[in-house]
Amino acid sequence: MTVPRETGAIHDIGYRNYDGPRLGPPYIERSLAVASLRGAFGLGRSTRSKVMPVLLLAVMVVPALIVSAIVVISGADELPLAYTSYAIRLGVVSTVFVAAQAPQSVSRDLRFRVVELYFSRPLSRRSYVRAKLAAMSAAVFVLMAAPLLVLYGGAVLGGLPFWHNTRDLLAGLAGAVVLAVVLASLGLLVAAWTPRRGIGVAAIVAVILVLGGVSAIAQGVSQDQGHPVLAGWSGLVAPYPLVDGVQVWALGAESSTVIGPPGTAGGPVFALVVVAFVAACYLLLVRRYRRVTAS
Amino acid sequence: MSMIVTTGLTKRFGSRVTALVDLSVEFPPGVTGLVGANGAGKSTLIKILLGLAPATSGTAKVLDLDVATEGTRIRELVGYMPEHDCLPPDVTATELVVHLGRMSGLPTTAARERAADTLRHVGLFEERYRPIGGYSTGMKQRVKLAQALAHDPRLVLLDEPTNGLDPAGRDEMLALIRRIGTVFGISVVVTSHLMGELERVCDHVVVIDGGRLMRAAATSAVTALTQNLTVEVSDRGADAEAAFAAAGLTVRRSGELLQVALVDESTYDTVRDVIAELGVGLVRLQQGRQHMLDMFRDEAAS
Repeated sequence: MTVPRETGAIHDIGYRNYDGPRLGPPYIERSLAVASLRGAFGLGRSTRSKVMPVLLLAVMVVPALIVSAIVVISGADELPLAYTSYAIRLGVVSTVFVAAQAPQSVSRDLRFRVVELYFSRPLSRRSYVRAKLAAMSAAVFVLMAAPLLVLYGGAVLGGLPFWHNTRDLLAGLAGAVVLAVVLASLGLLVAAWTPRRGIGVAAIVAVILVLGGVSAIAQGVSQDQGHPVLAGWSGLVAPYPLVDGVQVWALGAESSTVIGPPGTAGGPVFALVVVAFVAACYLLLVRRYRRVTAS
Repeated sequence: MSMIVTTGLTKRFGSRVTALVDLSVEFPPGVTGLVGANGAGKSTLIKILLGLAPATSGTAKVLDLDVATEGTRIRELVGYMPEHDCLPPDVTATELVVHLGRMSGLPTTAARERAADTLRHVGLFEERYRPIGGYSTGMKQRVKLAQALAHDPRLVLLDEPTNGLDPAGRDEMLALIRRIGTVFGISVVVTSHLMGELERVCDHVVVIDGGRLMRAAATSAVTALTQNLTVEVSDRGADAEAAFAAAGLTVRRSGELLQVALVDESTYDTVRDVIAELGVGLVRLQQGRQHMLDMFRDEAAS
């Protein structure tokens, strides 16, 4: 193919058309989710963006390593800490992780208007929100599942009952899924309304800490005043005690807060609140993105 | 087959702002310029054509697909270069274009090949391995163009691609657009508020103003219309105007300066004869081009 002179020698290779497959929206949504998950751990990005997630992953795993070492060396007959309570006890780590990575995932696209490039493609706004939610949930899950696997390794090496531990590990992983989805939904929702990354980070930490504080104070005070039922319901307002309540009801876990969900109605209500919360976050996010590109 | 057909397309924001008014126009294959002042409705039209914003009334078809119901399919086959900055600073051009190729449905290996190809075609070489944050405006415009071509679309919509470029960058961008339309075989709709630069690269032009269609025609027809002679006489401008009109020429006058529409070579002879007959001095005789948008305004006004 000859090339017109005015465009110079640099373009001196003919244009090739693309005849290969064009994969549909499900592939695109999956690709965006995978790219976002990698981004959450800084993979395929600069070294600087790997520091934070790797550091947090280490902080999360080190206590589990220590516990495992103690179990193996001392020959204890059970883990000093339940699988289901590990992520909740180390809640501050996953809070910081979500606060750091949720804005990285969505605020950046909004601030630099990359969404215009996404939405001019076969990717719908709903698809975008689903992919971002799935990726952030998966990232938080990885952060919480890694130490559980280390604990499990320690337990098995230390000769603790195999089936018993396997069952508890699976319960712990199931709880981690719920917690990851709740934290990711909350984090992305806040991040999508704060296009400036720094503000997003601060806002997410603030929301989770304030809600947690309110819940803990309410639980403590009502427990002291002799209102255990009220104390139990107080767990509803913050992500960690909320998911803790679901674990207590659905997985037979021991509560990691002052008191678990009250009575027989408590558990199902906690579970329903989780479902309603995640659904509400999804719908609000979709609405947020509808506004972004309609103008 | 037309690339784009709109019928009675109207878009209102709220009850007061009307962006498009009963727009019925066809965009043929090739390079088509969409011309209009800022706020004329160009960007709104593009959003509707991509199926991103619903029209208030009327219909539009892109590649024979309905924008209201088949937006996803349209966006698979069309590339779009936004007017404003839309690039993340922390990734390289290669990473971004590969990622966006996948977002258009290309498998990973194909997306890599296409990214390398398109970045080379738009003229980005070693720079493409550096983060976009450090690029000049011209390089960013090239990345924006490359991502629009990444999936080998059948049609690209380029919104003000020469915005912010210096004269040399402008010329390179226009040459590139011409190549996309001719060598690559991809139809192009390119918007600009400058008619002059589009005349050079477009086969057709569509002019809109205030959301209304002013004109849609082949560029050659439009440029022929705008050829004129500037005639300056030493005296008796009004008489000269009357004499030109009597000789069958289209003429406009401001003082001693007359604009005569240039039909063909014989126009020169007529001008010479009329001036000689009047016996006035001919100060200036210059071939030129009227500003196209002014011309449309005159037509609309009359």
